[in-house]
Amino acid sequence: METRIKRRAVVDGSACVACGCCAKVCPLSAIQIWRGVRAVVNADKCVGCGKCAKECPASVIEIQEVRP
Amino acid sequence: MKKRWYDYLWIVELTYLVLGFFNILFAWMGLLFFFIPLIIAAARGTKGYCNRYCGRGQIFGLLGGRFGLSRKKDIPRWMKSKWFRYGFLIFFFIMFFQMLWNTYLVFAGAQDLRQVVTLLWTFKLPWNWAYHGTLFHPGVAQFAFGFYSVMLTSTVLGLITMVLFKPRSWCVYCPMGTMTQLICRAKNRKGDLATEQKG
Ligand code: SF4
Ligand code: SF4
Ligand code: SF4
Repeated sequence: METRIKRRAVVDGSACVACGCCAKVCPLSAIQIWRGVRAVVNADKCVGCGKCAKECPASVIEIQEVRP
Repeated sequence: MKKRWYDYLWIVELTYLVLGFFNILFAWMGLLFFFIPLIIAAARGTKGYCNRYCGRGQIFGLLGGRFGLSRKKDIPRWMKSKWFRYGFLIFFFIMFFQMLWNTYLVFAGAQDLRQVVTLLWTFKLPWNWAYHGTLFHPGVAQFAFGFYSVMLTSTVLGLITMVLFKPRSWCVYCPMGTMTQLICRAKNRKGDLATEQKG
């Protein structure tokens, strides 16, 4: 059996508009707006489902594979 | 996810837009949508308004998401660039001050009240059905017409980009959103390094 590849959301902070659309849809509350400046992902909680990336109006979230 | 009371603030926004069709003086209430976000940003250093209470964002989210009135495509790169976002903010400010100037002229008696709503800073729509006189100075009504023009224009622009790109594309270049983010940046400058590390 192959091991499952882990994914998680990565935000391009310089282009984030801090609108909060991502935080609204994350089922695990793994992404939050840091002081009205940008979104920050909690890597321990995020499962890389991609809901936030789909919602982000600026399309600045990327789902990346991570090595365990 | 559990709905909170503030998830229904789109009703307030919709009511606001509809009331403007019946009596333009209701447009004054829109000042709340201007001051609340700024107060939250200045006092608490968060974009709490955008993140929770903004009814306009919710309308775009509902129409574009639930009702599927959006192509859900990526917004063009230039529209999310700092140049465009700050440029639009400055343009918006200039047009806003021009509106205030027109209001001043009516107050000063140098200009008559014009019962029009100006869409996209260009198209003058006759709006006399929504004006039934005012107990105050005609300048009060002129401000209402001007302010409602601003609100309707941003709604129309937001609807266009909602259809073309993602539902809440307006939030990328919304002047209130840009302004509150700038305030938060300025307030939280010291913490910048910490965020960089969080990724
Ligand atoms: S939805 Fe996108 S632009 Fe908005 S706060 Fe989240 S990452 Fe930033
Ligand atoms: S990828 Fe899924 S779990 Fe991770 S932050 Fe986005 S919505 Fe939340
Ligand atoms: S960016 Fe503008 S429209 Fe979007 S949530 Fe903030 S204030 Fe509302």
